[in-house]
Amino acid sequence: MSSLLRTEAVSKAYGGVQALSGATIEVEHGAIAGLIGPNGSGKTTLFNVITGYARADSGQVFLDGKAITNAPPERVFGLGIGRTFQLTRIFPSMTVLENMLIAGQHKERSRNPLARAGGAAARRYAMDLLGYVGIASHAAALAQTLSYGQRKLLELAYVLVADPEILLLDEPAGGVNPSLINIIASKIRELNAAGKTFLIVEHNMDFVMGLCDPIMVLDYGTVIASGPPELVRNNPKVLDAYLGTGDDEPEESRAGI
Amino acid sequence: MLTRRVPIAALLAFGVAFPLVFTNPAVTTDAIYTLIFVAWAAAWNTFSGYSGYISLGHAVFFGSGAYFTGIATRDWGLTGSEVFWLLPLAGLLGGVIAIPFGIFALRVRRHTFVVITIAVFFIFQLTAYNLAITGGTSGLLAPTINFVTATYNNPFYYVAFCIAVGTVVISWLIRRSRFGLQLRAIRDDEDRARGLGVRAMRVKLGAFVFSAVPVAMVGGLWWYFTTLVDPSSGFDPLFDVAVALMAFLGGLGTVSGPVLGALVIEPAYLYFQQHVASTYLFWMLYGALFLVVILALPRGIIPTAAEHIGNWRDRRRSDDAGTAHQPVESSAGDTAKESA
Repeated sequence: MSSLLRTEAVSKAYGGVQALSGATIEVEHGAIAGLIGPNGSGKTTLFNVITGYARADSGQVFLDGKAITNAPPERVFGLGIGRTFQLTRIFPSMTVLENMLIAGQHKERSRNPLARAGGAAARRYAMDLLGYVGIASHAAALAQTLSYGQRKLLELAYVLVADPEILLLDEPAGGVNPSLINIIASKIRELNAAGKTFLIVEHNMDFVMGLCDPIMVLDYGTVIASGPPELVRNNPKVLDAYLGTGDDEPEESRAGI
Repeated sequence: MLTRRVPIAALLAFGVAFPLVFTNPAVTTDAIYTLIFVAWAAAWNTFSGYSGYISLGHAVFFGSGAYFTGIATRDWGLTGSEVFWLLPLAGLLGGVIAIPFGIFALRVRRHTFVVITIAVFFIFQLTAYNLAITGGTSGLLAPTINFVTATYNNPFYYVAFCIAVGTVVISWLIRRSRFGLQLRAIRDDEDRARGLGVRAMRVKLGAFVFSAVPVAMVGGLWWYFTTLVDPSSGFDPLFDVAVALMAFLGGLGTVSGPVLGALVIEPAYLYFQQHVASTYLFWMLYGALFLVVILALPRGIIPTAAEHIGNWRDRRRSDDAGTAHQPVESSAGDTAKESA
C-alpha cells in the first residue's frame, strides 16, 4: 500500500564486507518504526544509503513511491527525509541558535545573497523549538559547550526546524541518562501524534519496545523479522541473532531482549 | 553596537585623511602596499576563513589581474588614470578564472585541496614564463605616468583604499548572511551541512569566486603602481603564505582579524626590507612568527582578546552581584565578539 519510505533489496559492500545484502524495509505514513539488530548488522549503513551518504551497490530506495536511490544528501533532505547521527553531529564553533538557523536555511526565500540570515520569525521559531527540547537558555552559547545529552537534544531540535516528512534517528537514546531518555521518548510520541513519521535505530530495547511499532530486525545486512514488538521479541530467528553462536557480541542480548 | 561604530568611523576617517596628513611618498607607498594586503587578506578570509578550505593559490588571481591590466594597458594604449577603469574588468577576469579552478579543486578537501591550489598556482606561473603575450621572463612594464609628483601616490592610495573597504564590508555582510552561515557550517561539518540541505559545492564555489575578484583587482593596481610584473613577482608563492599568516595572526574566520593581521605584518615586512636590508632575516623571523602564532595564539588575536575581555567583564559583573562565574554568559559574550 502507500508506504512513505521503502527500500527494496538494497545491497552494499565495503571492500570484502557485505554490510547490506538485499535489505528490504517499509515505513508507513505516521508510524514510529524501529530498526534493530546486533552490532555490525548494517543499520547505520542502511541509514546512510537512504540519506545519500553511501551509494547502494544495488537495490532501490523509494520515498512516497518515487525512486530516490543514490540521490546526494542535500537532495534527499530537500525531498523530506531528515536524520540524526549516532555520534551527534552539530556545528561546534557556531552558536546553538546559529545551528538552528542552518537547519532552517532552506526555507529562506530571500533573493539577496547578502541579506541577514534568519529573520525575526525564523529566530522566534528556532527559539520556540529550543524551548520545546529544553535548551533555550543556551541559545547564545557555542554548540561545543553543550553536554552530550544537550547535543542530542539540539540535533533533534534542528532536525525539527528543518521540518522533514520523515525523521531517521540513529540511536537517539545512546549514551543518554534515563530521565533524558524518557524526555526524548515523550517528544517523539508528541511529534508522532502531530503527524511526523519516524524510523529509529536503537540498542536500548526498553526504549524501542515501548515506542516503536513495527520493529524490523536486521542481521548480516538482511531483514530477518518484522512486526509488532511482542512478535519480534519472541521470534526464534531474532533470539538466535542476538544470543546465537555467531560472532556478535553477547552483551547485546543481556542488555535487552 | 555603538561601541563598535565609533572606532570603525574613526578608522575610516583616519584612512581617508592619511595621505593628506602623511605626505611623505615613502610612507604613502607603504600604506598602498598595506591596503593591497588588507583587501587580499579580507577576500581570502571570506573563502578560506569562513569555509575552512585553505587556499594557497590565490596568487593565481593576483597575477592574472596584474597581467590582464598590463596587457590591456599596452594593447589598448591607455595612460594616466584611464588604467584604473581596467580594475573592475581585472576583477571580473579573476572571478571567471575561479570558476573552473574552483570546480576542479573544490572536489577534494583539506590537505589535498591545499596541494591542488599550489599546483594550479605553478601552472599559471609557468604559463606566464612561456607565453609571448605575457612578455616571458622580462614581464610587462607600465607606461610612464604623468601624475603630479607631490601627490603622485594619492590616486593609487584611494583606489586601494576603496577596494579594501569594499571587500571588508562585503566580507562582513557575507558573514552575517545565510551564505555566511552555510560557509561556516561547511567548515564545521560539511557532510552534516549537506544533510540539512546546504548545497555545499555551490556555496563553496560562490565564496571562492567572490574571493578571487578583489585579489585580481589589487593585482592590477599593484602592477600599475610598481610599474612591472614578471612571472616570479606576479605569481609569488610567498604572497599566499603571507596572507595566510595575516589571517591566522588576526583571527581566521573573523571579519576584523585578517585586516588587523595585514595592518601589522605588511608594514613590518616593509620596514625590514628598507631598514634591515636583509630580507632573508625577515623570512626567518616570518617563519618564527608563524610558529609563535600557531603555538601561542592558535585562534588569533581577535578571538583570544575577545575571550579575555569577555571573561574580565564577567568577573567584574559577578563581583558586583556577588555570585559565581557564569559559564553560559561568558561564552555568549565570546560569540558576539567573535563575529566582530
